[in-house]
Amino acid sequence: MTTKLGYAVALVLLLIAPFFLYPVLLMKFLCFALFACAFNLILGFGGLLSFGHAAFFGGAAYITGHAIKVWGLPTELGLLAGAAAAGIMGLAAGMLAIRRQGIYFAMITLALAQMAYFLFISAPFTGGENGLQGVPRGTLLGMVDLQDNMAMYYFTLAIFLAAFWLIARTVHSPFGQVLRAIRDNEPRAVSLGYDVDRYKLQAFVLSATLAGLAGALKTVVFQLASLTDAHWHMSGEVVLMTLLGGVGTIAGPAVGAGIIVALQNLLASGPLSAWVPVVLGVIFVICVLSFRRGVIGELRAFIQKSF
Amino acid sequence: MSEEHILVTDGLSKDFLGFTAVDNVTLKVRTGDIHALIGPNGAGKTTVFNLLTKVHQPTRGTMTYDGRDITRAKPAQIARMGMVRSFQISAVFPHMTALENVRVSLQRELGTSFHFWRSEKSLRVLDERAMELLTMVGLERYAETEVHEMAYGRKRALEIATTLAQEPKLMLLDEPTQGMGREDVQRITELIREVAKSRTVLMVEHNLGVVSALCDRITVLQRGAILTEGTYEEVSSDPRVKEAYMGRAA
Repeated sequence: MTTKLGYAVALVLLLIAPFFLYPVLLMKFLCFALFACAFNLILGFGGLLSFGHAAFFGGAAYITGHAIKVWGLPTELGLLAGAAAAGIMGLAAGMLAIRRQGIYFAMITLALAQMAYFLFISAPFTGGENGLQGVPRGTLLGMVDLQDNMAMYYFTLAIFLAAFWLIARTVHSPFGQVLRAIRDNEPRAVSLGYDVDRYKLQAFVLSATLAGLAGALKTVVFQLASLTDAHWHMSGEVVLMTLLGGVGTIAGPAVGAGIIVALQNLLASGPLSAWVPVVLGVIFVICVLSFRRGVIGELRAFIQKSF
Repeated sequence: MSEEHILVTDGLSKDFLGFTAVDNVTLKVRTGDIHALIGPNGAGKTTVFNLLTKVHQPTRGTMTYDGRDITRAKPAQIARMGMVRSFQISAVFPHMTALENVRVSLQRELGTSFHFWRSEKSLRVLDERAMELLTMVGLERYAETEVHEMAYGRKRALEIATTLAQEPKLMLLDEPTQGMGREDVQRITELIREVAKSRTVLMVEHNLGVVSALCDRITVLQRGAILTEGTYEEVSSDPRVKEAYMGRAA
């Protein structure tokens, strides 16, 4: 009940937000919120810490940019191409990494992401240090001009909501039940006849695809795909957002992304602009030390305790 | 189904870095029996169990289940063939309710376990059967309880319900009464007797009272090898068994 109310309020806020706040900033938030929610699918619900999700985010950003700018694909198809590419990368990386757990899984995903990063630096289609600039936003179904920030905002919001719904559904699906069982007690899940690696792989590919969709959307919003998107900093940032908002909660990562994006934006123009990483680092330490379940996780525990 | 022996191992051995934990074990479990594997600590009971359930690969020897060679099968595969194990430490899914624990075991049969786009409400068709199983082990009142809040003995009972949901032909129980109070031991013993009416059970057990009450056939292991095999009366009167447990009389 409380949850439904919370979602209704959030939806209303998202619908009216662009009348009060700069739409591009809001779209940046939506892209990162989607990225973090997708990441949470594998960390929070699959129990696997990937340290290479920037490769999917950045890889999709490049593919979408290239598809729209060079191949001249319509925006919608460009986004799909980016997400599909990230899914294929996720499948390849997952098949190599999924048999390992804990720190080894994190290390393999990090190593693969670093390889992808160096590929993006040297490949001609990415524009190297300059990135892929001037990607046209195009039109929606050939009718609505997405160059208009308001139109682009509602398009982004629609994609975010659809993807968010899909993630929530995945968590509460027959597949999600098996995933929970595997996270809770993997040997037991095996003894009940589940090929756990195949379930983890599917979760990983879903997570990579949706992370890719976030990166693809980011390219269209900013009309730019750059090395920043694929850098390991990005992999770290998404971990931070997820933990801050609440790992293993459905809405937590989006809240975490909101906090990080808002802080970066607020601090960037103030006297602390050079200190953003330090401030974020301090927040992260406080989060891990004192509210480990994250904002939404603590809130949920509080509500459960009080009512 | 018509096999006389549901599980047969032939010359099963396992070496760990030059130490032979299981040595040339030839074990035959008759279909329909409750068969116990006993022996003093370090006799290799759990290793035999882990070989049967594919946690370890045997160094030598073969295993046949229901007429099929399972020496190289994968753990999840043998579970799907109807050979399901329990664990020494209670194997439950602690952050799911008791009902969900049983249901996740039933749901593989639906064939929708990879469907991430389907609502979990589609699993409700299994609730009735899950409740039946919970009732059978006396846990119907705890269906909506998250399992980490349940007492130890109840977790073991839940584990048996979850295992039964698989409709196993052969249940492998690893010390089912370990760490239990007398009352719980009594309850689990009755439960095993009940469920064994329609299936074969192979169990590792320390509690000789439970073994004598339940088991049709007993295999005694010592230092990784089979010492003797027979009914409880035969085995318990064998001087070598007494010696293995108590040491040689001075």
